[in-house]
Amino acid sequence: MTVPGAWYLGLAAILFGIGATGLLVRRNVLIMFMCVELMLNAVNLTFITFARMLDDIGGQSSVFFVLVVAAAEVVVGLGIIVAIFRRRQGATADDLHVLKG
Amino acid sequence: MSPAGLLATVTHYPDWVVFAIAAVAILLGALGVVLSHNPVHSALYLVLTLFGVAVEFVNQQADFLAAVQVIVYAGAIVILFLFVIMLLGVDREESIAKDPLKGQRPTAIILGVVILVEVITIARFKNWATGGHSAAGALSGPGDNIVKLGQSIFTRYLFPFEITSVLLVIAVVGAVVLARRPQRVASELSGGEQKEAVDS
Repeated sequence: MTVPGAWYLGLAAILFGIGATGLLVRRNVLIMFMCVELMLNAVNLTFITFARMLDDIGGQSSVFFVLVVAAAEVVVGLGIIVAIFRRRQGATADDLHVLKG
Repeated sequence: MSPAGLLATVTHYPDWVVFAIAAVAILLGALGVVLSHNPVHSALYLVLTLFGVAVEFVNQQADFLAAVQVIVYAGAIVILFLFVIMLLGVDREESIAKDPLKGQRPTAIILGVVILVEVITIARFKNWATGGHSAAGALSGPGDNIVKLGQSIFTRYLFPFEITSVLLVIAVVGAVVLARRPQRVASELSGGEQKEAVDS
């Protein structure tokens, strides 16, 4: 007996909520990045669930592209973080207040 | 419940048991990422979540993507995170008791709860899944999952697939440019070398 898709969607919604809350609460840029990964994974889980519910391989293809984009995003994001840390010793997003006008 | 009864339950509902265990792993890992003081611990909790998501993928006939999830996410992305954490030396404990911006944390938690409620409400009351016929090909039926996924990507999604290769090249070039030493330092160094050459 297979698990209904609604359970997976609920799990993905909770995972997305935790990721969004963490992104808003934490000030460490690296952990904010990890929270973005959590949200991406929640969306991937919904894609896979809908692919199974609708019997459509397109959902799985979309997850493939999300994985590629996530990898590119992490590479560029961590490059930016390294460039910032080279200039200043702060570990939080609040240390980037020089960006304000 | 006796051990034999528990075993019978597990063998009768294998999907439910796998789902429940993976769901607990996912939620524990997600909470660990958000609540850990140490970034290294957060990265390791992230591995737990990613692995749980891979198990849920296997539970829903997405075998290839589960393997890719473990290899790319747990194998590459988390390692990249750990490299950056350890190279930069930011693995010291961060005090999350201190709130640098007044009222920011309660507002953030309220916003997070609102997002969660909204997503669940939409999923519950709106028929986003219309149940229309598949446009990209059937998931079930004979043949391996990886064969069908490959046929889908290399026929219907061929152009987006090639665009992703461009995206990856751009990302690599961007990472190299960002990781380079600033141009000013390089020109000063070369200028210094020329000066030394003239002096000698």
